[in-house]
Amino acid sequence: MSAFSAVRIPFPAVVAARSAGEKPSSPFLCSPAAAPSIHSSPLRPPRLGRPPLAVSSDVLSSQKPLGSNSSPSYQAVISRDEALELYEDMVLGRVFEDMCAQMYYRGKMFGFVHLYNGQEAVSTGFIKLLETRDSAVSTYRDHVHALSKGVPARAVMAELFGKATGCCRGQGGSMHMFSEPHNLLGGFAFIGEGIPVATGAAFSSKYRYEVLKESKPDGLDVTVAFFGDGTCNNGQFFECLNMAQLWKLPIVFVVENNLWAIGMSHLRATSDPEIWKKGPAFGMPGVHVDGMDVLKVREVAMEAIARARNGEGPTLVECETYRFRGHSLADPDELRKADEKSHYAARDPLVGLKKYILEKNLASESELKAIEKKIDDIIEEAVEFADSSPLPPRSQLLENVFADPKGFGIGPDGKYRCEDPKFTEGTAQV
Amino acid sequence: MAAALQTAALLSASPNLIDPQRFRVGLSARSLIGRRGSIFVVRSDGRTSGFFNAKSRSGNLITNAVATKADASTSSTASKPGHELLLFEALREGLEEEMDRDPHVCVMGEDVGHYGGSYKVTKGLATKYGDLRVLDTPIAENSFTGMGIGAAMTGLRPVVEGMNMGFLLLAFNQISNNCGMLHYTSGGQFKIPIVIRGPGGVGRQLGAEHSQRLESYFQSIPGLQMVACSTAYNAKGLMKAAIRSENPVVLFEHVLLYNLKERIPDEEYVLCLEEAEMVRPGEHVTILTYSRMRYHVMQAVKTLVNKGYDPEVIDIRSLKPFDLYTIGNSVKKTHRVLIVEECMRTGGIGSSLRAAIIDNFWDYLDAPIMCLSSQDVPTPYAGTLEEWTVVQPAQIVAAVEQLCQ
Repeated sequence: MSAFSAVRIPFPAVVAARSAGEKPSSPFLCSPAAAPSIHSSPLRPPRLGRPPLAVSSDVLSSQKPLGSNSSPSYQAVISRDEALELYEDMVLGRVFEDMCAQMYYRGKMFGFVHLYNGQEAVSTGFIKLLETRDSAVSTYRDHVHALSKGVPARAVMAELFGKATGCCRGQGGSMHMFSEPHNLLGGFAFIGEGIPVATGAAFSSKYRYEVLKESKPDGLDVTVAFFGDGTCNNGQFFECLNMAQLWKLPIVFVVENNLWAIGMSHLRATSDPEIWKKGPAFGMPGVHVDGMDVLKVREVAMEAIARARNGEGPTLVECETYRFRGHSLADPDELRKADEKSHYAARDPLVGLKKYILEKNLASESELKAIEKKIDDIIEEAVEFADSSPLPPRSQLLENVFADPKGFGIGPDGKYRCEDPKFTEGTAQV
Repeated sequence: MAAALQTAALLSASPNLIDPQRFRVGLSARSLIGRRGSIFVVRSDGRTSGFFNAKSRSGNLITNAVATKADASTSSTASKPGHELLLFEALREGLEEEMDRDPHVCVMGEDVGHYGGSYKVTKGLATKYGDLRVLDTPIAENSFTGMGIGAAMTGLRPVVEGMNMGFLLLAFNQISNNCGMLHYTSGGQFKIPIVIRGPGGVGRQLGAEHSQRLESYFQSIPGLQMVACSTAYNAKGLMKAAIRSENPVVLFEHVLLYNLKERIPDEEYVLCLEEAEMVRPGEHVTILTYSRMRYHVMQAVKTLVNKGYDPEVIDIRSLKPFDLYTIGNSVKKTHRVLIVEECMRTGGIGSSLRAAIIDNFWDYLDAPIMCLSSQDVPTPYAGTLEEWTVVQPAQIVAAVEQLCQ
């Protein structure tokens, strides 16, 4: 019986490591007529033949590993439409999170709220390359992943306000953003517990192709798992790296290394702080990238996602990034030093992309301002929508405990409890 | 370890199942390998001999009768409807039927594939369905259970095996947070049609950590259904029902019951996950039990019947939720309840069941509910100590006598 790990997907693989300038033989994502071009259709990422810029893994290539931070000043070139898409997505993330903070301090939302300010390049860089059929799995810092994946801002805001119109009917909250139509698989409160779920989604993708024989002319459905530096010391991380590589699952593990796990510095918690190195330990490429630069992130993401699509297996991508705010809105953020904060503030991903767009004349200042205005309007509308939405009624309490409400069992009268018309009002005994 | 663990369980047949011819040989010919000297015999008067009868530990072992008897048993049963098999084979049959029926059903766990499962429940399935559908996982319970949950969320119907239910303590994070709660926290967007199954309970000197009763730990998890099988018939039916259910279901098997032999129907059948099973109707007292303790109860029932009692025995099967209809009807009839469980006294299924009966049927009770549970002790290795931690038939007899005063 053949071991399935040896099955190759029969479309041409885009091998990660090749000498610069060589074009892929028949890139399946581009139209056959056009040579792979950086100016190809804006919705398709260009198929580049050059290796990722910040590869640090021996596994990927026979080149000597590059220094982890010494990516050259060369930057990926993107089209105008792509640039504007990226810019809009990052502005959406930033403005949304700022509005969250405002709303929290005004008492519209409660509990633990973890904001993503400063890390937008990672979410935008990866998720904007995904299709709807691909899955994203996040942690409690998930608002912006949800937005990038396409969940409407009003649905996320309503969820944060605990309203019935939220993407999870108000039952999840800040840390549990889910969206089935957008294949956003959560939102998890405990760190590390989302990684196996992501691994399962990737397993599903492989299963559908190999066992159910679903045809996948455009490659496997890919799963991208986001998590932080603190999670990289957790067992589930390592267990999933092992399994994903063992079975060559179509998954990308994205570490958002913002150097802090609440008040615990990554350097104080980790014996070897270079997380990308842990990839090759399991036999997969480990890549380090500057997570404050959306273009660099996107370049690496393209490669990693292509590998997964082709059936070549997982990649571990460590994005060096930073959160401009505290761990959560309850965190006084007293331990991080001012110079560290200002170092990363100077590398604000939005400022960086804006500067790039203007320098390369991809768009004008006023066009960018128009995007910002558009986003402001979207966010305001989202707040109005959330404010005016109804709170969940009492009848909602028991509705989603079981997919099949027979799980509440048979009552003393012989009928299933869920057959009681008053059941979902929570008056029936459970 | 597998061979030792496959030693026969205590078998006490209920009255309508006794067939001395059939039960003389508790093992089929093919299961003889690795099991020399570990034969058990159930006599037609209900006496057993073998490892698990305290009185006859040293004697009564028939070590060489099997070969000749096997032929006799197969010819005598050939004419009856249905087919005979052991409990673990019934589980496998149920699993295989569901895998044939729906290609989304898959199995994951340690040694489920090439090894065939440490209790042989998945034997032969990997050869038939391939390495991806019957997935041998590395030893990473939390992660592969989570992987099963992620797969369930994205359209598959995984059956995750815990090699011993105790190992699933490592998967508690995933079982509680994701398995039980994710359907709710996602606002109903994702369903988790996963089955988590495996053997638990007190075995034969397996030591404390391999003798745990996880049902008492999992019972609080909202969104989870729990069932326990006890016969080949209900094992197959519950396996099929659990796989077809849209809810996450934990199916508790018992280490000592895998070799129970029974004749089950040839026709397909699926049991109801939420219903209890009437084992023996009666008038004087309701005895509620599940899993292995069912057999200790039935053995005690023999003695009780001889003493003139008429107990009603219900195998509750559904540990969460409780079938309060079957249980309630019984309480309304007998007015006395004895719960016999293998969980520890503190926080076990018995304590929840007691509370549920008090809440719902207080007015029908003529006596306080008695609950016989295992001692709150880590299960010792020594055989004698181990016996004293679990409820024995003599205690059940004494409890009924006390209850019916």
